Amino acid sequence: MTTHTWTCPDCDVAWCPGCGNHGILKLVGETLAELELDPRETVFVSGIGQAAKLPQYVNAHHFNGLHGRALPAATAIRASNPGLTVIAESGDGDMYGEGGNHFLHCIRRNPNLTNIVHNNMVYGLTKGQASPTSERGFVTPLQVAGVINEPFNPLAVAIALDASFVARAYVGNTKETRALLRAAITHRGYALVDLLQPCVTFNKQNTYQWFAEHTAPLPDDHDPADRVQAFARACEDEPLRLGIFYRQDKPVFEEQLEAYADDARPLYERRLDLDRLAATMRAMG
Amino acid sequence: MTHPPQATEYTLVLGGEAGQGLQTIGTVLARTAQAAGLHVLVTHEFMSRIRGGSNSTAVRIATTPVRATTDRIDVCVLLDADALPRLRGRCGESTLLVGDPALFADVAELVPLALGALSSQVGGALYTGSVVCGFLVRLLGWPLAVLATALERVFGESQSLVKNLAAARLGWEAGAEHHGRLTLTLGTPRPDRLLLDGSQCVALGALAGGCTFVASYPMSPATGVLIHLARQARAHGVVVEQAEDEISAVNMALGAWYAGGRALVTTSGGGFDLMAEGLSLCGIIESPLVIHLAQRPGPGTGLPTRSEQGDLEIARYSGHGEFPRAILAPGSAEEAYACTAHAFRMADAAQSPVFVLTDQHLLDGVQDLAPLPLPEAPPESQIKATTADYRRYAPGPDGVSPRGIPGFGEGLVRVDSDEHDAHGRITEDFTVRIAMVDKRLAKLRLLSEDLALAPRLHGPENFRRLIVGWGSTTAPALEALERVRPEETSYLHCVQLYPLSPALLAYLERAERIIVIEGNATGQFARLLRAECGCAIAAEWHKYNGLAFSADEVETLLRTEVSA
Repeated sequence: MTTHTWTCPDCDVAWCPGCGNHGILKLVGETLAELELDPRETVFVSGIGQAAKLPQYVNAHHFNGLHGRALPAATAIRASNPGLTVIAESGDGDMYGEGGNHFLHCIRRNPNLTNIVHNNMVYGLTKGQASPTSERGFVTPLQVAGVINEPFNPLAVAIALDASFVARAYVGNTKETRALLRAAITHRGYALVDLLQPCVTFNKQNTYQWFAEHTAPLPDDHDPADRVQAFARACEDEPLRLGIFYRQDKPVFEEQLEAYADDARPLYERRLDLDRLAATMRAMG
Repeated sequence: MTHPPQATEYTLVLGGEAGQGLQTIGTVLARTAQAAGLHVLVTHEFMSRIRGGSNSTAVRIATTPVRATTDRIDVCVLLDADALPRLRGRCGESTLLVGDPALFADVAELVPLALGALSSQVGGALYTGSVVCGFLVRLLGWPLAVLATALERVFGESQSLVKNLAAARLGWEAGAEHHGRLTLTLGTPRPDRLLLDGSQCVALGALAGGCTFVASYPMSPATGVLIHLARQARAHGVVVEQAEDEISAVNMALGAWYAGGRALVTTSGGGFDLMAEGLSLCGIIESPLVIHLAQRPGPGTGLPTRSEQGDLEIARYSGHGEFPRAILAPGSAEEAYACTAHAFRMADAAQSPVFVLTDQHLLDGVQDLAPLPLPEAPPESQIKATTADYRRYAPGPDGVSPRGIPGFGEGLVRVDSDEHDAHGRITEDFTVRIAMVDKRLAKLRLLSEDLALAPRLHGPENFRRLIVGWGSTTAPALEALERVRPEETSYLHCVQLYPLSPALLAYLERAERIIVIEGNATGQFARLLRAECGCAIAAEWHKYNGLAFSADEVETLLRTEVSA
């Protein structure tokens, strides 16, 4: 499958020139090519927003659902056909705001999927309001006196929930981000990649230059198996550390389902067993 | 306290507080009736609490199948002091009041049963229920063996069975002087008949429809279906997940259908409200979806454990935008099974959401029934293997495109909640928009014609007066009609409430006087009928106190109507 063109050169891309999403699309496409994944078995699931349009420009299956609701759909897709590679990709408002509850519980379930969150600390498609990750004091057309809420810290939350893979990347660091995406997609279990990117139109504060100055790789001695250390580093905001904060093996949601205890086939290959239904009816009644 | 020497039915009502085992007593008595070769309906009315309160279980035992409740009480068993004031209004002169004299010393007509003393001989209050059952069986003049059969079925081989059998014997012996005071002759045992509640029938119907996935959030009275399916997860290979909320549940269900599962959500009004957004998504991505919407009285939290038919309009109108859907409303346990199975076929064939609209009364009611008919063959999924040039929204007959899934075939399956072209990619092209809206709406014909469930007419074909009802109103309406037998009057049981089938419209057109009966305050189905077919509805009969219609209530309405 190395010849597969993962990104769509002819698509009418809806992102602004210079948007960080272009870089993310390129990195995702390159990573998928490197991994030699089969597009016929690769599903992108997204919500709504500028980041959520990424699957439109990828040559793979896509389920472009509702704002905030990518993770439940992605979880169910994995649970219905565990042979599929599932990537849930959306923005910070979608995953951490509207979909916050699903984010928490998806981590608890630990389905084998990759959750890439484009984090530009602002709402783009609705034109510049604060996002859950906007810094305090960030002035917007809606937060006219600046954001007064504590920014959402997705990494700390994920580590607190004992997520199985927690990482942060910055789109400007192409080599490192590609390696990290590769690690996330091949990880067995839920993998969060909080992917920092600038919004060149609506966030004049967190620019390419700002990210370059305020991010740094995790120290060489960082141990991704050390949850407490990972949590401590996730709580640091100057600089914002990049890399794999936390990684562990833990039971995967779909592998524990009763539905697969005696039958490994995906759901679409199954047919009702009439004798068994008759027996169930008799036992119930 | 006189009864016809050969009664054909009795209604036994047990009043007590939550935690006193009313549901178990109901089940034991139902199994006893079954072992006695009789027919039975057990209904529960209970308060929304785990302990305490004042609840009751009604057991109607008869020589012919019974599906409606009656207001009459032949025997009223009082398990706590609150039961008497709560149930007294329904007790007549002939009602036998059974209770512990220690609790009801001042009730002159009490048939005493020393529940406290007898149950403590066996091990305590836990065994009160079996003492009561033993006493009632003696009252009916039946041998203890009939009850023993039931207890063995309910408690299995266990220490608990031994004690319950002992308790039953004590109750039976205590009833010696009342032996045969009620006379309901034992019938021929029918071991083939099943004893199921509505929730079990919905769950079995889902399995019969090929359900392989259910995600839901617990909410009365919809939870039973989720539990029954969870118990079958391994045997029938069903993915079962308790979602973090109903929003997640419906999006999981849509993800499952997208990836080749056949998914159900089971919920009630407030939970369904949270699914409205997902329902709309279902409409635009043209996914099949089966929604079991178990009604209870709202708005808000309403009466969480009671019954109403107040959610037809949210089933019909919820979800933004315009897209087809179907609403099925079973009127019996058998129909709950058949409608749920059919809903999967319908949803799959028309790539649309299909509701199974039930209520607490239907779901919690336990009755004996013939084994439910198995499908002739396992349901065939409409999924098609894709080719490399696959387009998810390619034009097709009746607006239905071949439905591919990821991982089955050579093509890519793209679905989008934005308006999209045939490939499933976002578009804002106005011409495509019109074509896609028309394509989606074209599926309505399949739902109203090819896949529609026809209404059932009960009564003469040459009716002039037509009583129209749906869901849980049907059983009491049919019993009332049987009692009153008004001339030139028929009852139309509408199994499919939306879209209205041509067969249903034809019945309405023939009627001179249409009466719509439903368990809500504003006449939701009557309003839908007027909106859809412009028919004149002469009268509407409503009930909305939290309980389903009884046969007696409909009888009263009917007699008033006939005498007018």
